[in-house]
Amino acid sequence: MIDKIVPTAAAALADVRDGATVMIGGFGTAGQPNELIDALIDTGARELVIVNNNAGNGDTGLAKLLSLKRVRKIICSFPRQADSHHFDALYRSGAIELELVPQGNLAERIRAAGAGIGGFFTPTGYGTALAEGKETREINGRMYVLESPIHADFALIKAERGDRWGNLTYRMTARNFGPVMAMAAKTTVATVHEVVELGSLDPEAVVTPGVFVQRVVPVERVATSAGGFKRAA
Amino acid sequence: MSRWTREQMAARVAQDIPDGAVVNLGIGLPTAVANHLAADKEVVLHSENGVIGMGPAPLPGEEDYDLINAGKQPVTLRPGGCFFHHADSFAMMRGGHLDVCVLGAFQVSARGDLANWHTGAPDAIPAVGGAMDLAIGAKKTFVMMEYLTKGGQAKLVAECSYPLTGLGCVSRLYTDLAVIELAGGEATVIDLAPGLTLRDLQALTPGVTLKQA
Repeated sequence: MIDKIVPTAAAALADVRDGATVMIGGFGTAGQPNELIDALIDTGARELVIVNNNAGNGDTGLAKLLSLKRVRKIICSFPRQADSHHFDALYRSGAIELELVPQGNLAERIRAAGAGIGGFFTPTGYGTALAEGKETREINGRMYVLESPIHADFALIKAERGDRWGNLTYRMTARNFGPVMAMAAKTTVATVHEVVELGSLDPEAVVTPGVFVQRVVPVERVATSAGGFKRAA
Repeated sequence: MSRWTREQMAARVAQDIPDGAVVNLGIGLPTAVANHLAADKEVVLHSENGVIGMGPAPLPGEEDYDLINAGKQPVTLRPGGCFFHHADSFAMMRGGHLDVCVLGAFQVSARGDLANWHTGAPDAIPAVGGAMDLAIGAKKTFVMMEYLTKGGQAKLVAECSYPLTGLGCVSRLYTDLAVIELAGGEATVIDLAPGLTLRDLQALTPGVTLKQA
């Protein structure tokens, strides 16, 4: 029998080791797997490589992981935010490595890893500082840059509903990086707000097939009057 | 000399967006364009974080932080709108499925090169987000910006001195002083703010020869 349900975030991340590459879903606070980030902090793992769209906000979650100096390198598209002071300080003191990637290239490099693609030519970034040193090629009269896949040991994502096979649905823009990160990691851990019986998710509506998911962790929903999430605490 | 206000600039951009267009509005000045789209036009707004058919901000108390725009502000979904993951969202840009994107800029060159992601200052934290994908992906890239820097220098230049976002991608500039079409390396003034002459604008723009439409 297949049963990917894991009762706690701590149990789901018990095997994260020093030096691991960890993808973390979310765009801003939508789709951010808060419980898993807290559990990652609790593992004590160091020298992590983090893949996320941003570089933490405020003093909690990813920002806290950064402030504890547990991250060697971050791969992201938009580290600069009004409240990204922990990243800013580490970056300015040279205490963290930044690989800045245009957001669409970030998503596609992650997808490529999950799809077994060894690299791809993209027009994004051609002629800019972010393509310096990369192979370029003219294809049908347009210039392209060769980009490589980004693989991970773990992907931590937030979904909405899931079953014991790991099939997932998402809620509105909280989907963002979840489906592609789920494909790209050796171990994908997804939080869900509801674990449902196998067969009760509409097969037409499953966004991430369970084959891409190894662990499913049920977590409480923090509902607003509109039924969604409050701004992350 | 009078200048168009930001709202007037936004209204002018909105005028040039055709019925049925799929449009991405960048963070900052371009966001205001949404408020000026005529009610009889069906314009579909795309946001990089995986939503198309975006509606206006929700009423107070109705905010849902699972439904946000690229600026991370709560929005709503119009009938017909839908959600998708990030790789699909950027496939819509890179694959040429968006008709128009409207971006802010630090500088634009007469060739249509865009600089809007990084000042290049040594202590600046670089952040690019979706700017490079958007700039080269949409069928048309419009730029909305103040014509002059705070120091009074034209942001329309012969060569961008700031780090580039994309090469030859900007087709039109909407500014507080003029609307300028960029094509084939030439800058053609389509509209001038009231009381401003081409000669006045040219005097403010030493790097680029401006043509009259």
